[in-house]
Amino acid sequence: MKKKDELKKQDSHISTSTALDDEQRVKVLSPTMLVMKRFFRNRLAIVGLCIIIFMFLFSFVGPLFMEYEETQKFYKEDYLYKLYAQGTYVSDVTISTPEGADALPSSAQRYILPAINKGEDSFEVDGMTYTLEKYSDEFYGVDGMTVFAKVDTLAGNYIFDTDLDAATEQAIIDAIEKGETELVYNGETYSVEKSGKNSYNIGSYAEIGFASTISFATVDGSTPSYTVRYDALQALSGGADNFVVDGVEYRLEEANENSAMLYADGEEYAYVGNFILNAKMADVRITPEFILFVEETLLQMKADGVLETEVTFMEADGTEKSYTIQNDNGQYIVNHEELSLLLDRYANPSKEHLFGTDKDGMDVLVRLMYGGQVSLLIGFIGVFFEVIIGIILGGLAGYFGRWVDTLIMRIVDVFNCIPTYPLLIILGTFMDSMNVGAREKIFMLIIILGLISWPGVARMVRGQILSLREQDFMIAAEASGLKTSSRIFKHLIPNVMPQLIVIATMGLGSLILTESTLSYLGLGVRHPYASWGSIINAVSDMYVMLNCWFMWIPAGLLILLTVLGFNFIGDGLRDAFDPKMKR
Amino acid sequence: MKQFIAKRTVINIFVLFFVALVIYALMRALPTDYVERIARQKASLPGAKSYQEWLAQLGDAYGYNDNVFVGFFKWLGNVFQGNFGDSWQYNQPVIDKFKDVIWYSVVLGAITFVLEIAIAVPLGILSARKQYSKTDYAITVCALLGISLPTFYIATLLKYVFSVKLGWFDLYGIVGRDYEFLSGFGKFMDMTKHMILPILTLTLVSVGSLMRYTRTNMLEVLNSDYIRTARAKGVPENRVINHHAFRNTLIPLVTIVGGSLPGLFSGAMITEQLFQIPGIGYISYEAMVGGDIPFTMFYMTFMALLVLVGTLISDILYAVVDPRVRVN
Repeated sequence: MKKKDELKKQDSHISTSTALDDEQRVKVLSPTMLVMKRFFRNRLAIVGLCIIIFMFLFSFVGPLFMEYEETQKFYKEDYLYKLYAQGTYVSDVTISTPEGADALPSSAQRYILPAINKGEDSFEVDGMTYTLEKYSDEFYGVDGMTVFAKVDTLAGNYIFDTDLDAATEQAIIDAIEKGETELVYNGETYSVEKSGKNSYNIGSYAEIGFASTISFATVDGSTPSYTVRYDALQALSGGADNFVVDGVEYRLEEANENSAMLYADGEEYAYVGNFILNAKMADVRITPEFILFVEETLLQMKADGVLETEVTFMEADGTEKSYTIQNDNGQYIVNHEELSLLLDRYANPSKEHLFGTDKDGMDVLVRLMYGGQVSLLIGFIGVFFEVIIGIILGGLAGYFGRWVDTLIMRIVDVFNCIPTYPLLIILGTFMDSMNVGAREKIFMLIIILGLISWPGVARMVRGQILSLREQDFMIAAEASGLKTSSRIFKHLIPNVMPQLIVIATMGLGSLILTESTLSYLGLGVRHPYASWGSIINAVSDMYVMLNCWFMWIPAGLLILLTVLGFNFIGDGLRDAFDPKMKR
Repeated sequence: MKQFIAKRTVINIFVLFFVALVIYALMRALPTDYVERIARQKASLPGAKSYQEWLAQLGDAYGYNDNVFVGFFKWLGNVFQGNFGDSWQYNQPVIDKFKDVIWYSVVLGAITFVLEIAIAVPLGILSARKQYSKTDYAITVCALLGISLPTFYIATLLKYVFSVKLGWFDLYGIVGRDYEFLSGFGKFMDMTKHMILPILTLTLVSVGSLMRYTRTNMLEVLNSDYIRTARAKGVPENRVINHHAFRNTLIPLVTIVGGSLPGLFSGAMITEQLFQIPGIGYISYEAMVGGDIPFTMFYMTFMALLVLVGTLISDILYAVVDPRVRVN
């Protein structure tokens, strides 16, 4: 009961006791206590104080309870379609010649296509005639002359490029002179062909290679030997399905139209057909079976009239994998669904990440905490500079008056005129181009901000000191012979303190606003470090704005609440300090 | 009175001179390395002048080849002839660009200004009349909320609600996509529509401080002796408020409002940038981020001029409106 009474007494600072003793007297509170009392009676101020305490706990203590780091990136496993292979149908023939034999001139390729397209059965390259023997639409044998000797006629003289015996030479000369195109000599038939105005080629016709649109894709990526290819093509165009080359038994099994699987000794060996499928992924070898499978799917797609389909392919080891196959104007794209480790970007809020993750897969909540440290710290640094300079210059101006006052007040005017944001933006841009680190930059900017925003403080201090200077206690201080510095800093400044605290508290809020605006504009704290403003900066990406509320709404609320908290406190302090504001 | 105005004007001209000097010195303090780099960047753009020409242009306009003071006076000489040089960013004389864009800012500022006064003054007075009531608390909290709101945050929220969710307005720009095909009135309406969100943003963030200022002043007036006298002699409360108190509250209000008139020309850099309204604020922002020194110099000097004109106006108004103030 008594305790309760005491509490009540303290509360109303008037004793309710009826006894005529010391307790009856009005309890006098010290000025500080009075201010505190008034402050704590202001509900808004209490709310503000709570907010600020919460923000400090959140920013400085919060990270201790979080297991994540500020710049820790999170990954997730997800199925992702990746470009697996790209394929196309080959419609142009390529010419193959046996190993060891002379390859056809590269220009042969140029002439053979029109010849095939026109249905001609021969074509000429560099004076040499080649004839085509059609086995099927995709497979032509190329016959060419194997040159035995070249003859030049010069004014009735015959010049041979190789040494032949006289009888042979004579037989050739006879044939040329008679204009014959064939020459039978020693039981063998040679062709005589005019290759230039005065020159002839003597040789024999034989099959020197083949031209085909069909390509081979073996299990090991090697190219089968000429003979194997030749025999396989023969088989494909209607020849025997089994053949033996170098003691290996080959068997061709037709699969789709124009394509087949070639088995060597009973094992899958190669895909034979006019479809080419190139792997687009490292460490991937396309198996013949897969090519056949893709080709089959493509035929099915063509029949269904679709351009894209999703299929599952069973690997040799029994695993199933999903693929999408797309027809992109004759280019066939095979995408592979694969489990890969991805940055967990823009993850929605979950148990692991209460506010989701940002574009780099970092936890937003943790970044909000570390960002709060920067934002709060920066506010205090800026205010520190602002207040120190303001007190010194304002104090000097107010105390000394006259020309000192005039000079300092003009300096105040000048600084007052320098526009804050333009200055900070140009300096920020400048520091960017000088590659100043992100953290140093924001601290430098804030110090600069403090250096140019002192005029408000200086004005207030000067005004206060001007009025205090005339008061009796200052005359007493002067009369007792105190030093000027102690008069200013011990007697005047403490009396300015109340207003100073109010202005500094409000200043904290506005500095935090400025910092966040700069960071939002991308001039302040940069990735990977966080500040509240730079976290909201993500919203300039439309995707974030539309889909990720959790990335910018909490950060903005924190800024708003912090600034509001400082303003509430400042307001409460002003009311508490001002003796006129009696309630 | 005339003497007072003349004195203030002279002082302000002096201050402006020094501000210009400070700004000039700041720009000069950027290492030439930086300037050269910018010049190189500009020169590498397709169809741009050569690197040497860019450097020469800068040296010409700012006297980079002279020392700071000589250079400053050269620059000042150009400024008096209305020549602020060519903008690096926009490749046209700074003044021309300024004339093109300033009116967007003025319209934006003027509408906000009117709205601000229309909302802040009545609410501030109401709040003071009912000090410590629920209304007062609500208004105070709202005002402080407005002061504490980061511009970019409220702008984004508004965009999110009205543009993204409701789809009422475009996200950016001053005109819609089909602006060219609209009739005269349609064009006007289109622009008006695009101005709504920026104006709302600006009003929300600026109304709070004026509201609190009004409240504080009204409270001071209401606590003064002549109000007590008026009440004591039985003047009806409405008359006390509307005649005795309100007129006296107007004195500081008029000075502060008058003083912020030149601010209409300064543009709202952050808001304009967020909504990409091509006013002076956005244009300058782009110029500054692009390291456009001529434009930045001009804009900063212009802003300083506006602040000084503002103080001058409020000083004069203070002397004019309040007969108790002796100008000397």
